Amino acid sequence: MGKKLAVTGNQAIAEAMRQINPDVCAAYPITPSTEVMQRFAAFVADGKVGTELVTVESEHSAMSACIGASAAGGRVMTATSSQGLALMWEMLHIASGMRLPVVMTLVNRALSAPINIHGDHSDGMGSRDCGWIQLYSENAQEAYDNLIQAIRIAEHESVRLPAMVCMDGFIISHSIESMEFLPDETVKEFIGEFKPTHPLLDVDNPVTYGPLVLPDYFIEFKRAQHEAMSHVKDVVLEVAKEFEKISGRSYGLFESYRLDDADIAIVILNSAAGTAKDVIDVFRDKGLKVGLLKPRLFRPFPYEEVAQALANVKVIGVLDRAESLGGFGPMFMEIASAMMTNGSNPLMVNKIYGLGGRDFMPEHAEAVINELKEIMDTGKVKVLKEYIGVRE
Amino acid sequence: MKLKGWKELEIGAVIPEPGNADNYNTGSWRAFRPQWIEDNCIQCLFCWIYCPDSAVTVKDGKRGEFDYDHCKGCGICANECPGKKGNKAIVMVEEGK
Repeated sequence: MGKKLAVTGNQAIAEAMRQINPDVCAAYPITPSTEVMQRFAAFVADGKVGTELVTVESEHSAMSACIGASAAGGRVMTATSSQGLALMWEMLHIASGMRLPVVMTLVNRALSAPINIHGDHSDGMGSRDCGWIQLYSENAQEAYDNLIQAIRIAEHESVRLPAMVCMDGFIISHSIESMEFLPDETVKEFIGEFKPTHPLLDVDNPVTYGPLVLPDYFIEFKRAQHEAMSHVKDVVLEVAKEFEKISGRSYGLFESYRLDDADIAIVILNSAAGTAKDVIDVFRDKGLKVGLLKPRLFRPFPYEEVAQALANVKVIGVLDRAESLGGFGPMFMEIASAMMTNGSNPLMVNKIYGLGGRDFMPEHAEAVINELKEIMDTGKVKVLKEYIGVRE
Repeated sequence: MKLKGWKELEIGAVIPEPGNADNYNTGSWRAFRPQWIEDNCIQCLFCWIYCPDSAVTVKDGKRGEFDYDHCKGCGICANECPGKKGNKAIVMVEEGK
């Protein structure tokens, strides 16, 4: 087994990147993910990795360089947050459309305006439709574990899609917690060699990347991309099974917490799930059957499996740390879609919380559970979508 | 030509066959066709240098006929042609006439 150390979330990611030792890393550091590249740049300078570190003039260029390096045949990684991811937006589609398995850490941060540097999920949710695999992480340990697994998932021959691993800005990226690292050799062996599909550097077999594709073929390429996405769920589970063997830690498509016999469920992502689990324990002690579902794989979203996990629940509270102004929160939309697939018709409410890094406190979870209980008792939803932890 | 289905496509829209632009006959785009008048040609090869589509064929240092499968009829060759004693060796003729 590896060693246990107290580290920040960013440090955990930088360590994972050192162990992965990518061929190329192009980045333009941004708060709160800055420390990832700062620490990784030190590994490059100290000769701890063989990575070609490309310092660029913007995140748009960072992703462009990642795309070029990946098409050339390299294993490529980067990290960003918020506005940085927003600036990468058009290149995110190009990475996925060209089927390049770039792996990125996204340290979740609110999108401007008003400008804010703290953690919420508006950046990740804003890139939901860019064709990237998205794995969300509750803490530093999960972020580290997810990043190592993401290499295998993205590069899997039936997938070949870029992947981003998300964790909460500051709450996780800058907090120090104890976690377990795998030995360098174990990680190296687990991820294996990257075998590119059509490397541009293979000069004996020249290829063209990025040709113009007109209406006679464009939709066929998207259908093929959809097919690749549909393979991800199985690959995630297969990789998780192998990862458990080397780490002792088990992962699924999502985490179920005290959900088996639950009447009431909370669906919540990332760090706030930890707080919610503690509050659920308090309610369980009082006899209320409440549980939690914490999605891990958000893209592709495991609709059938989530619907099955929530099939016997009477009331669901979906908590979103992101807004879709004029719509429900992005997680609510997924859960509502999931519940459609099995025809079960639970009562549901959507709560928007924690935007711009506002702390999610135990009393917030408590108030939500009390409201969900009232909905269960009365059979009535008063307000479908509402903010919590907000001053009037 | 039978179009391929999505299962038959190369991953990521990569084109694995080099130089296959040769198979794409852009000559049908042409509205005006360049006509080579050999008697006025001094074999300066300006047309060969300027042609953006490599549609002037050259063998043993001498130009031959146009490659009409790929000539888009841009007219650059006719414009650059110095001709002989003021008489152009390349003139543009409207297609279909």
